[in-house]
Amino acid sequence: MGTTSVATELRLGLPGTDDHQMEEQALSSVRNNKRPSPDTVDDCGVQGKSEEVTPVAKAQIVGWPPIRSYRKNNLQQKKSESDIGAGIFVKVSMDGAPYLRKIDLKLYNGYSELLKALENMFKFTIGEYSEREGYKGSEFAPTYEDKDGDWMLVGDVPWDMFISSCKRLRIMKGSEARGLTSCGL
Amino acid sequence: MQSMESTRSTRSLSFPDKVLHRVFTHLTSNEDRNSVSLVCKTWYNADRLSRSKVSIRNCYSVSPEILVRRFPNVRCVTLKGKPRFSDFNLVPPDWGADVHAWLVAFADKYPLLEELSLKRMVVSDESLEFLAFSFPDFKRLSLLSCDGFTTDGLEAIASYCKNLTEFDIQENGVEDTSGSWLSYFLESFTSLEVLNFANLSSEVDFDALERLVSRCKSLKVLKVNRSVSLEQLQKLLVLAPQLVELGTGSFSQEFSAHQFVDLESCFSSCKNIQSLSGLCDATARYLPAIYPACANLTFLNLSYSAMGSDELDELLMHCPCLQRLWVLDTVGDKGLEAVGSNCPLLEELRVFPSDPFDDDTIQGVTEAGFLAVSFGCPRLHYVLYFCQQMTNAAVATIVQNCPDFTHFRLCIMNPRQPDYLTNEPMDEAFGAVVKTCTKLQRLSVSGLLTDLAFEYIGKHAKNLEVLSIAFAGSSDRGMQCVMEGCPKIRKLEIRDCLFGDAALLSGLDKYESMRSLWMSSCNLTMDGCRLLAKKMPRLNVEVIQEDESDDSEADKVYVYRTVAGPRKDSPPSVFTL
Repeated sequence: MGTTSVATELRLGLPGTDDHQMEEQALSSVRNNKRPSPDTVDDCGVQGKSEEVTPVAKAQIVGWPPIRSYRKNNLQQKKSESDIGAGIFVKVSMDGAPYLRKIDLKLYNGYSELLKALENMFKFTIGEYSEREGYKGSEFAPTYEDKDGDWMLVGDVPWDMFISSCKRLRIMKGSEARGLTSCGL
Repeated sequence: MQSMESTRSTRSLSFPDKVLHRVFTHLTSNEDRNSVSLVCKTWYNADRLSRSKVSIRNCYSVSPEILVRRFPNVRCVTLKGKPRFSDFNLVPPDWGADVHAWLVAFADKYPLLEELSLKRMVVSDESLEFLAFSFPDFKRLSLLSCDGFTTDGLEAIASYCKNLTEFDIQENGVEDTSGSWLSYFLESFTSLEVLNFANLSSEVDFDALERLVSRCKSLKVLKVNRSVSLEQLQKLLVLAPQLVELGTGSFSQEFSAHQFVDLESCFSSCKNIQSLSGLCDATARYLPAIYPACANLTFLNLSYSAMGSDELDELLMHCPCLQRLWVLDTVGDKGLEAVGSNCPLLEELRVFPSDPFDDDTIQGVTEAGFLAVSFGCPRLHYVLYFCQQMTNAAVATIVQNCPDFTHFRLCIMNPRQPDYLTNEPMDEAFGAVVKTCTKLQRLSVSGLLTDLAFEYIGKHAKNLEVLSIAFAGSSDRGMQCVMEGCPKIRKLEIRDCLFGDAALLSGLDKYESMRSLWMSSCNLTMDGCRLLAKKMPRLNVEVIQEDESDDSEADKVYVYRTVAGPRKDSPPSVFTL
């Protein structure tokens, strides 16, 4: 499975995953089991989820799910186009949680609504935000990847600028979070 | 009494043929036609001479020669070719189903051919040209899920079919070389009623399209592709307010209030719209422009539009007559709640996955959405539902709310996934479906399933005609239950199940009354298939052997009844045993 060599890499994502690769891989090739190995999971926010779901070797199976090629190609085309659609869907990952979520940024009017929603979704608390010190009072910090591929602290830019440049969200934990908040972006 | 009866029967025998033909023309269903042809020789002849429409649902079940010999006066033909799983890349591209030999036979015997509908056939540009030249009366062409042609072939149709009324190109593997084919329709050509090129990708010659729409006053169906902008769409709507079915192109652009008002007024004049599709990239800003045209809408296809729950809710409030709805799972459970609240007349729902290959994101719809629809839409009888999680209890409630299901296609996208709350197999879910929905004709199962699910199906699904199974069953007994229990089964498609030769052979008595059987990645051996072929000589038992895997295993098997014998056009990877 190759997780031992990958686990030590500095990556922003679940161990053993690379989202862009997933989308481009040929249908018949096998991909790694996405479940994180026990030693990389500190505190699974979702209780016992890895035991509940039947472990199936998640090979990228030919012709599954059963969607016509035309429709499949259309979806892939949409993903590579810029999102000017009705919703702005971005993926949200949280360090330690085995599953990502997807949210529609259009549903929120500002940062406080967004952060509240994230707290509910992942069952945690975000600290107090200050421009100088970032998020204090909790071991979590919400970050996002912008159009240029840089990881920024959520809240640093005006809301409208944020939703038009945010590609994905990651709730960082522990020292990495502290490092980001104190480096004064 | 008796003498009267015998007089009556002699009278019917001397019924003039013309009258019989006349009576038979009122029989439109092929089933009825097939039944009357079995009554006696006179009726058989009357049927064969008066039949103008034939539907061949497996192009290898009969040969062109046999067809034209039996039915000399056909004007409309439907031909279906490849097994359905070819849509999902399970069938090699050179497998067969080339339409050309049929066209050659038709050119000879059916010079007055008017209509051709092809599904999953291979159609080359040469064939399209041949078609355009051979049939001066040709009116209606429909290509669905076909491949092998380019837009060059479409040019030939546009140029030479002077009486064309329907041109419907849907979801095909078309090589789109240019959009200029539209300009090949002559300026004198005005008969078009149906034009669907929604799935072609290249930019079309808009001027040519505009002129075409302007002079075809009987145009009822227009479905354009994404290259047609909102501004261009407006121009078309002004020219064709009589449209009954509309497929838009791209539905977004730089917003301007003025533009919105114009667009809205365009839609207001379209009083006859019953079906709406496209709406690609529809933004919340422009979507309300279509509301005035939705009063009589019965079919709404949003499956190419990543809509959110709020947009959907508002839109549905303007569609009181909606009967059929196709959406992407971006609408979420919340969007489906809106469906339940706003669409009491809903009969059909299809929810497609927007991100089917990403299974570490919790997204899309769940059992909650399906439940919400079932509570609000008691007339629901057709569903296609892709989801990441489901429970037995939810399905049981759903079918209680909607007992009239005729088509129940549930796809839990993670193979072999159990009920996510109880961790049990999904057997009881499908058990509930077949016990409650006595009218069930088509069923697709998914999730973790043992033989019990198939016991239920065999015992209760007495009207089942089409069954699709993937990653299921615990032994041969599963398939056996189906073969022995479902009297009306016509099409059975199975992939990645552990059914073996014993299961295959349990259906010996059934296969001749079925259209076809597909089994791939199961436990079949060449010996088992050979035995089947030997015992049932009127079946074609085809094995597709693509790579150099074990010669004794039969990885892909396709069995179908035929009066044409083994086919002569098999590629090297296909063996008819």
